[in-house]
Amino acid sequence: MGAQLRVYKRRIKSVTATKKITKAMEMIAASRIVKAQRQVAASTPYATELTRAVTAVATGSTTNHALTTEAENPTRAAILLITSDRGLAGGYSSNAIKAAEELTERLRGEGKEVDAYIVGRKGVAYYGFRERKVTESWTGFTDNPTYADAKAVAAPLIAAIEKDTAEGGVDELHIVFTEFISMLTQTPVQSRLLPLSLEKAAEESGTKGEILPLFDFEPSAEDVLDALLPRYVESRIYNALLQAAASKHAATRRAMKSATDNAGELIKSLSRLANAARQAEITQEISEIVGGASALADATAGSDK
Amino acid sequence: MAAELHVELVAADRSVWSGEATLVIARTTSGDIGVMPGHQPLLGVLESGPVTIRTSEGDTVVAAVHGGFISFADNKLSLLAEIAELADEIDAQRAERALERAKSESDAAAERRADVRLRAVAVR
Repeated sequence: MGAQLRVYKRRIKSVTATKKITKAMEMIAASRIVKAQRQVAASTPYATELTRAVTAVATGSTTNHALTTEAENPTRAAILLITSDRGLAGGYSSNAIKAAEELTERLRGEGKEVDAYIVGRKGVAYYGFRERKVTESWTGFTDNPTYADAKAVAAPLIAAIEKDTAEGGVDELHIVFTEFISMLTQTPVQSRLLPLSLEKAAEESGTKGEILPLFDFEPSAEDVLDALLPRYVESRIYNALLQAAASKHAATRRAMKSATDNAGELIKSLSRLANAARQAEITQEISEIVGGASALADATAGSDK
Repeated sequence: MAAELHVELVAADRSVWSGEATLVIARTTSGDIGVMPGHQPLLGVLESGPVTIRTSEGDTVVAAVHGGFISFADNKLSLLAEIAELADEIDAQRAERALERAKSESDAAAERRADVRLRAVAVR
């Protein structure tokens, strides 16, 4: 076998092996999307009911609560950025990080200090590499978040917002995550979680325009609000984590699909080249044989004379 | 047929039970409360404890609920809990073991959870 042909064969073999791996990853991601979507769907009833309840208390009573009242001049904001632990997902993490950067810029422009809270190893690595301050970070559960994880993330955020700004608390809480719109579209979104805007909450639960009944609060409106709002934040964070996980799997699937397709293309063009090399080799051998034979024939014809 | 109310018992990550009922008893921070059809709109904070639902078929569904809310309006009752389990789903032996363990480690939260589970099983 010619040297050229051997090189092509070797490259085809290695690309085929890569293609098998990316194909497998694509299929794993595809099955995980379905699971993650199911989890999003399963968490929806709780989230909608909770939003309904929050809207009901906040509209049905005149209580002022730390989590709903806007600070007069907010000076510090917290951003919760949700990225993934692992790469191989195309632009998934970098898009979310970019969205967070934009938001940070905007908040700085408004004269607010920004505290960063980060979920996922990719985001932590990005901030670590640039030596930026990260207030708190969590890793290890982005592929399959549970409610307990959401609670762990929410706890310091709620504590920070309840604290006075002068003592290191924050006035606003923003969340940046990748929303799962469909299998093909996932977009990073930035939204303000706290202070809660009740109109937006009403829109989310689909209760806008609906007249809420006058509730009897047990034990009191303040206590109910005290207990409800942290749960509301937890459930929003849980929902964001789940959507981010679904988006991550979808992004992985897409990235791996294009890797598989590219590998297929590469194999195709390499086999064409290998075939051409083989054919060139054969042609050369034939012409060598023919040339050799005719030289022999010429030599014998010459000696006959 | 007696009047009915629609009950949704949802945990943070799943819907646990839903159906029609004639009476629901739950434990709020200010004491046990029973809700029957036509109750006035109510929103309360739940304590960890068993929730008893009398279904319209006359069966009784018991669930262990760990913290959450009860809200009732328009004959629809929602029980929201971070963790909720039906008594049928609870493994009594496991809960007992958890209770022992929690007691020996003096983990108050775990002890209360295990205790609520056991009480829910006992009511069943």
